[in-house]
Order: sequence, then C-alpha cells, then structure tokens
Amino acid sequence: MAATLKQLDYAVLQQCMHCGMCLPTCPTYDSTRRERNSPRGRISLMRAIADDELAVTREFADEMSYCLGCLACQTACPAGVNYAELFETARAEIETSGINRTPARSFWRTLSLRVLFMHPRVLRAFGKALHLYQQSGLQSWARTAGLTRLLPADLRRLEPQTPEIAGCFSDRLIAEHEPAPAPASYRVALLSGCMQDLIFPDINRDTADVLLANGCNVHTPPVQPCCGSLHAHNGEREMARTLARRMITLFPPGDYDAILSNAGGCGSHLRHYGPLLADDPQFAERARLWDLKLHDVHEWLAAIGCRPPTAAPFAEPKTVTYHDSCHLTHGQKVTLQPRAILRLLPGIHLAELPESSWCCGSAGVYSITQPEQSARLLERKIGHILETRASVLATANPGCHLQILNGLKNAGAELEVAHPISLLASAYRRETSPNHPL
Amino acid sequence: MSTLATELAGIVGAGQVLTKPEDVIPYGFDGTAALKGEAGIVVFPESTEQVAACVALAKTRRVPIVTRGSGTGLSGGSVPVPHAIVLCLVRMDRIFEIDPRNLTARAGPGAITQKIDEAAAAHGLFYPPDPGSMKISTIGGNVAENSGGLRGLKYGVTRDYVMGLEVVLPDARIVTLGNACVKDVAGYSMKDLFIGSEGTLGIITQVLLKLLPRPAARRTMLASYDRIEDAAETVSSIIAARIIPCTLEFLDRMTIRCVEDYARIGLPTDCAALLLMETDGHPAAVEDEAGRMVEIARLHGAREVITARDDAEALQLATARRSAFSALARIRPTTILEDVTVPRSALAEMVSFIAALAIEHRLVVGTFGHMGDGNLHPTFLTDERDEEEMARVHLALDAIVRKTLELGGTITGEHGVGLAKKPWLRQQLGDASFELMRQIKSAIDPDHLLNPGKIFD
Repeated sequence: MAATLKQLDYAVLQQCMHCGMCLPTCPTYDSTRRERNSPRGRISLMRAIADDELAVTREFADEMSYCLGCLACQTACPAGVNYAELFETARAEIETSGINRTPARSFWRTLSLRVLFMHPRVLRAFGKALHLYQQSGLQSWARTAGLTRLLPADLRRLEPQTPEIAGCFSDRLIAEHEPAPAPASYRVALLSGCMQDLIFPDINRDTADVLLANGCNVHTPPVQPCCGSLHAHNGEREMARTLARRMITLFPPGDYDAILSNAGGCGSHLRHYGPLLADDPQFAERARLWDLKLHDVHEWLAAIGCRPPTAAPFAEPKTVTYHDSCHLTHGQKVTLQPRAILRLLPGIHLAELPESSWCCGSAGVYSITQPEQSARLLERKIGHILETRASVLATANPGCHLQILNGLKNAGAELEVAHPISLLASAYRRETSPNHPL
Repeated sequence: MSTLATELAGIVGAGQVLTKPEDVIPYGFDGTAALKGEAGIVVFPESTEQVAACVALAKTRRVPIVTRGSGTGLSGGSVPVPHAIVLCLVRMDRIFEIDPRNLTARAGPGAITQKIDEAAAAHGLFYPPDPGSMKISTIGGNVAENSGGLRGLKYGVTRDYVMGLEVVLPDARIVTLGNACVKDVAGYSMKDLFIGSEGTLGIITQVLLKLLPRPAARRTMLASYDRIEDAAETVSSIIAARIIPCTLEFLDRMTIRCVEDYARIGLPTDCAALLLMETDGHPAAVEDEAGRMVEIARLHGAREVITARDDAEALQLATARRSAFSALARIRPTTILEDVTVPRSALAEMVSFIAALAIEHRLVVGTFGHMGDGNLHPTFLTDERDEEEMARVHLALDAIVRKTLELGGTITGEHGVGLAKKPWLRQQLGDASFELMRQIKSAIDPDHLLNPGKIFD
C-alpha cells in the first residue's frame, strides 16, 4: 500500500473515467452540486497531486475531511475504482504533510488514536470512569449547573451527544469460551469491538446467543484490540497495521470456521487486512486467510442457515424498518442478509426504508468533525424513518445506532432502535420464556 | 479574485464563482477519456437573466464561454478551452410543470433527465429519450448534444421531443423558440438550429418537452447467437415484419464477458453476439410482438431466447446493457468510446470490419450498440500512457471512420463532434455543407464567444 498518492499505482487513479455515475449517489455532491464535493472531483484532485499539478493544501485536506468515506460511489462505479484505497491514501498523506496540524488537533488525535484506541484496558478504564460520572448524578448536575458551559466550544457542542456507557462490558456478559448445545457444527470468534463493547455490550451478548442457538461454539477473548478502522480512515495507517497484527495474533485464522463482526463499519475494514499487511512477510499470508474467514454476522448466519424462531421478538406485532449502514452495504456488500433475518421473525412487518442506504451522517467521527453536514444527513434519515410509521428502527452498526438514537430523541419520536441480531435473540428467548422483556 | 471574477460575482453572488485551484481543477474534463482542459473561472447562475448578464459581460471582455451541465458528455463538448468562463447550469434544475392536458414538461436546463421522466411517470406519462447517463446528465446538455438512448429506434431522439426552447444568444439577447403547439410552421424552425449545436450557438435556459402516455406493458427478451450476422439478420427481419421494438441492443463477445463480470446476471459468455430486445405498448400488442420477435430470432439461428419473467428481471437485463460502456472500462486504464453509425443494412459488415481491425492493430476492442438504428459503440480498451499503443488506436479509429463514411454512415450518431470528432467532420459533410455550417456560426456568433474550437475551428 502506498504512503502517498504519487506512490500509488497510477492505474488506480486512472481507473476513473469521469463518467459521473457516482455523482447522484454522493451525499456531499447532493448537498452542494459542486464537482469537488463528489468522488469524481476528489479523484481529479488526487490525480493532480500525483501529477504534481497540485500540492497537498489546506483546501485539499478540508475536502477530504468533508468526504464521508461512505463508499456509496464505489458501489455505483461501474469501472471498479477502488475509492477506499484512494481515500485512505489521501488522508494518510494529508496527515504526513502536517498541513492540518494544530496543538489542539494533535492533542485530540494522540488521546484518541494513540492512547485510548491503541490500549483497550485504558479505553475500558476511561469508559468505566465516564459511566460513573453518568450514573452517579454528576453528569446531570454538571449539566443543570451549567458547568458544561466551561468546556471549549467544540466539546460543549458535542457534550449532549455523549453516549451512555454501559455498566458491564462484554467480558462480564460473555464467558471466554461458550460452547453451543450439542450438536455444534462450527467454531467461531466473536469480535467485541470498541464502541459496541462500551455502549452496546448487550448486542454482543445477543450475538453470542444467536450463534449458540445456531450450532456455533463461540470464542470471545475478554480483552480485544480495536480493529484499526478508525486509524485507517483518519490517516494513521501504521497504527492500523499494528492493530491488525494484534488481531491476527489473538485470533489465528486457521483456528476458526469464521471470525465474526456485528458492526458494519468495523467489519468493512476488518475484511481488508490482506492488502493492509501485504508488504509484511510475517503476516501477509495470515492476513490473506483472515480476510477469507472474516464475516459479518448476518452474512454468516445466512451462509450456515439461520434457525427461524418460533416466537416473536415483542409481545405485540410491530412494524420494523431497516437502515443500511454505509460500510455494511458498500464496504461489505451485505444488504439482503439482514433483511432475510428480519423476515424470519414472527410478528414483525418489515417496511422498506426509502433511501435506506443513504448515509445517516455518523460516518466514523464525521458527526464530530463535520457537525453541520452530519446534522443535515441525520435530518433526512429521520424524516424517512418517520415516513414508514415503523415503531422499530433496525440497524447493524453502533455509529449509526447512536446517531439515529440522537436524531429520534431530537425529533421527539418514540421509536426503538435495535440491532437485527438483538431482535432475533429476543425472539429465541421468548420461545422458552414468553414474558421475557426485550 | 481577478476583475472578471469580481464582476461575475456581482451578477451571481460571490459564493457562486469559483477560482481556487481545488475548486476548478475538477471542471477540467467531461466524460470523454483522455481529454483535459483547464478551467480558470467557474460560475453558477441560477436564472436566465443571470446567464444573459454573464454573456453580456463575457462579450464586453471578449472572454469565451463554455457551458456545462453535469459534465458527462462523450465528445469533449464541455471541456474548457483556455481562458474561458465555465458556465455551469446545475442550479437551474427546476421542473416547472408537467402539463397532462398538453402532454408537455417545462424544465430548467440543469434538471436531471431521469427526474423529468420520474415527474412525468407520476402523471402516467413518459419522456422517451433515455441516454445511458440519464441519472446524472441534464436536459440542457441532452438538448445541446441531441442525445439518443436505447429507445431511439422506436421513439426517436431528444430533438423529436423538444417543442420549445428559451435560449440566450451570444449577444446576450434572450429568445423564445417554439411553443406548446403540436403543429407550428411560423418562420424558420429555429429551435432545430440550437438542438445539437453543442453550446456553440446559444445557451439553453429553459426547455419545453413533449411527453407521451406511458406504455402499459413491456416485454424484455435476450437472444444469443453464434454469429453476428445472424443477429443482424434478425434485426432486419423484425423491422421487415413491421415490428418496431423500443429496444434492439447488441453486445459482442468481449462486451458480454465484461458486463457479466461486472453485473453477474448469468449472461452466456461463449456466444458471438447477444441481442437485447424490448417491445412496449398496449399489452395485447406487446404479447403479439414479443411472440413474433422470439420466433424470428429462432428462425435466424438464435441459440437461446430468454424472456424476462417480471419487471425486476427485465430491469436487470436492461441495466447490464446500460453499464456496458463502463464495465468495459474496468479492463484497462483508458477507455475510448466511439460512436459511428451506419445504415442498418451495413451493420454486420461494420462489426466484422472492426473485429478484424482490432486483430490487425493488436488492440482490445469491445463493440456494443443500438443495432436497430445502426449506431455502434466500438470501445477501445487501452492506456493513454502507452504512446505506441495510442498511435495504433488512432490508426484504427481513422480506418473505422473511413469505412463508415464509405458505407454512407456518420462519424457520430449521438455523442456529438465536440473535440473528439473534429478531424473528420469536413470529410463527412463535404465542403459545401461544412462552409454553410461555418456561415451560420458566424452569423449568430461573430465573436466566436460560445464554446470556440468545438465542432470545428
């Protein structure tokens, strides 16, 4: 993998023949109608940099920050342009150039990328502290007392969106080795994630339950590294490589039938460890094998055959609508399987969401770096969700989950948000205990 | 900002004028491979008055104007020329009205063609011309290039659906041409002058389009052949049988393989030709025509004829054909799409000629196109960085053009002359017609303000 756009195989840049088919699928082009805010336009800037016609400027850096990285363009592109590679290379080069560097930015990047998301135990400690702050009443007191006004402007804006950290993380909810009730057919690894682990560990528990119910022995190590997608998407490829190596060491691909992710965004990065480590002779082969074993949980269930539940997930029938997370859709190409799982559920009517795969604005840290555009996209998404008159929104990515929760709260809407696997797990539970709360 | 940019900002607002390199570099090209220009200033007017004011300013300053929609043209029509103002009309995208009593649609030049058809569909009507780019190309661009599409054989091209135009002339006057009347012979048919004029005679600022009732039924079929000649004979026989299908699309072996690779819909990859056939209209007529077409195909040696069972399958087959151009582009870094058209009777000969030429010049070429109207798209898959290969590509292109003209064809059926086909235009038109065209240009645009260097010098 190239460190700069100039080092890229030029054919990758040339592959774009500027046909323009990506334009109608690009949320930023849709907003502005400016060519530079489209994949075609961004590629032309990248090509100009590779051709020495343009330097890596502040404007270019801004443009690559404005890009959501949703990869909708990659799905639309008939010429097979590898936009993900171009995007990551551009962002990496921007970081190396230092064009964006400020003390504040460096601080936040170091804290998040280098400290918290490189050291799972530190992340967890931070999570526990935040949980305490939230549960002890300190957070609501700080808010009512107006102390949050003391925060710098950016943090002040973000503070209300702080997610609720769970009381127990996945390691307390899931034993390291959980065998399926006999006969077990598969041995799988369950990736617990970072956000998923700290905010939605119940989704990990539900995932383990569903896998157990479908004949899989589940291995969930209590301390797992971050998958590195945050780093790769934000210009820190070397850190991403380190994390990939740690993951592969922790989960030797040959030991499992499948390595499973239940987070659309992470899964997309996870299944491309091969190219990331292609130049590392010690890991290249294992990374290649890893990519073959890595699956999204819906994809895996569809492949092995998911046992249809005989009970409904809820006490009464409900309408569910499903939001396609960008990376699950465009990065992993998993769209039919989550819907198939939802259709297995009794007592559920699946209403198709208009523009179901249009980005919700979560896009990694986009809601932090590009709040206005993120809010615009969220509004559009919430509008469509409400149109369906569903009472449940299903989505399979923690970023989207949080973003949509926030949007629904702001719109004063009463919908529930759930992972499709959680709905399936609930249905299984209600087979044996019909009054089990969701 | 330069003085010119400041003056333009006075017309359209400062936020609608781009001059920074990062803003304007992406306007240096259209959809044509290997063609690049440099945009200095890009402006985004939002009304006819603003367009006229920009033109007036450009005229005073003697600065050329290159008009642009979404920039997806295939002959270089909206590639900027040096020192020109790029006038981008994407903001003028309103669909003003669909009139179900007069069967018309009125829209701004920046309206996306597919959106016009969708708006018509809401009234049970449709806008037939369906260029491959319709999801993103603008109606203004379609009119300026007289775009075609798959439905051309039965329904005609963009020209056949333009009832009226509002045009800003090179001297900034605004003229309204045509109207909502089905018949009108008052004066010269001036709107026809501007349709297909590729931005060299005037800037289109509003269009009045004809709509048709949406056909009630449609049947899609795919026939595979071991010989291209059999496919061509099928086409001739279908028309001889007084059937005018709405689609008769042909894909050669190379193209089939690339499309299947991309779309994965189960196209047979070992045959010499595929014929995609569609008939639409009244359900009874569709039933009858579809049956007869299948029979004719079999009679001419079709290996297999598949009929799509439902709308979803029909869409799949049609979508695969629509992505032929772009699917071919996956193979090599540079894709050069040609657009030669010959009389239908000469089509098989032309296809074989191209295939032989590809072998002779050691080039990779996929050919697909509108077999029903003789409009072929030989597509060269190459690498613009390979000078030696590009030289062979140009030799081959030249030979194709010569053969096309020999057969009484045209160098461009629907993509326009732009920059790409300039070298051959005089040869096709002949001196007298060529000079007549020049005279018209000089009469309407004596300062050569609009899109200079396009179509001819």
